[in-house]
Amino acid sequence: MPEQSRRDWPLWEVFVRARRGLSHVHAGSLHAPDAEMALRNARDLYTRRQEGVSLWVVPASAITASSPDEKDSFFDPAGDKIYRHPTFYDIPEGVEHL
Amino acid sequence: MSTPQGSSSPPLRSSDEQPCGDPASLARYALCLGDDALVMAQRLGEWIAAAPQLEEDVALANIALDQLGQARSLLGYAGSLMQPTRSEDELAYFRDERDLRNVQLVERTWALPGGTGSDFGVTMARMLIWSTYQVELYSRLASSADETLAAIAAKAVKEVDYHRDHATMWVLRLGDGTEESRLRMQAGLEAEWGYVEELFDPSYVDQGLLANGVAVDPITLRDPWNSRIDSVLAEATLARPEVSPARGGGRDGIHTEQMGYLLAEMQHLARSHPGATW
Repeated sequence: MPEQSRRDWPLWEVFVRARRGLSHVHAGSLHAPDAEMALRNARDLYTRRQEGVSLWVVPASAITASSPDEKDSFFDPAGDKIYRHPTFYDIPEGVEHL
Repeated sequence: MSTPQGSSSPPLRSSDEQPCGDPASLARYALCLGDDALVMAQRLGEWIAAAPQLEEDVALANIALDQLGQARSLLGYAGSLMQPTRSEDELAYFRDERDLRNVQLVERTWALPGGTGSDFGVTMARMLIWSTYQVELYSRLASSADETLAAIAAKAVKEVDYHRDHATMWVLRLGDGTEESRLRMQAGLEAEWGYVEELFDPSYVDQGLLANGVAVDPITLRDPWNSRIDSVLAEATLARPEVSPARGGGRDGIHTEQMGYLLAEMQHLARSHPGATW
């Protein structure tokens, strides 16, 4: 019975915002019958030690992920493009927070 | 209840702060509310590692711990008003069945009448009944003339509001779900309904505490409780049960046959090793 019902409940991915000004960060996943229950389960599972002030839950099935097979063509070409990093500027004196 | 978790219970009465009203009456009032939460917590703990889903397991454990926290604050306060004073542990572990003052709603097992195993419909029915009552109680007690009771209630009302939300979510889904789930949710309500009446029996509250604005008159909770419950039941397509009230008597130490087993499990360790810490 538990095996059966677990299969019936969809998987949700949980994103937690730790505090104002930060972005939501992926915290983990859980099972729930619908979005409202998923949000409550997320509250109970991922914010019980004051980890967050805001929660998102997203159906895992709604996430399109890059495939490990495409890793080379997706990410390796960025490896030698050093000119994409903003390191070629002279920083004027007296600018402290750059 | 020396649990290792760092709890942030409201402070107990400081020495310069005088309780409002007769200390013995106030102690008895706090004891009744504390025993309710203590026994509810103990019963809810039975779902740990036994809930239908891991996620529900954690949710019910959180709720049980909230109830236990309220029990600690209330029993600690009650004990501080007694002569001689008694600790929360003494009150929780070293009183016998006839000295516990909780309502019978919270003490019974989660089984359906005639059944044996814990039933989720019974559990959600009881939690809806109980947390709706606690929201109404604590939201009023938060403006008690007694500062300690007011502080305990102000902290607790946010907790029980979430318990009510959790129960409501399930009652709506099970009631307005499949034919099977609706029948079982209705059966849970029928099983619990006879124990509702005792919540609103005012005879345990001292008149002086009411006059001084220290305690909440349980009678005043009935109408708001009714309207909240009726709206949930209507949305869940469930019928309000028509069941004659149980005999009651929990506030006088009269308990159902299942209470003794609960206490045996809860108290046996503390009584086998008095004063033990961990």
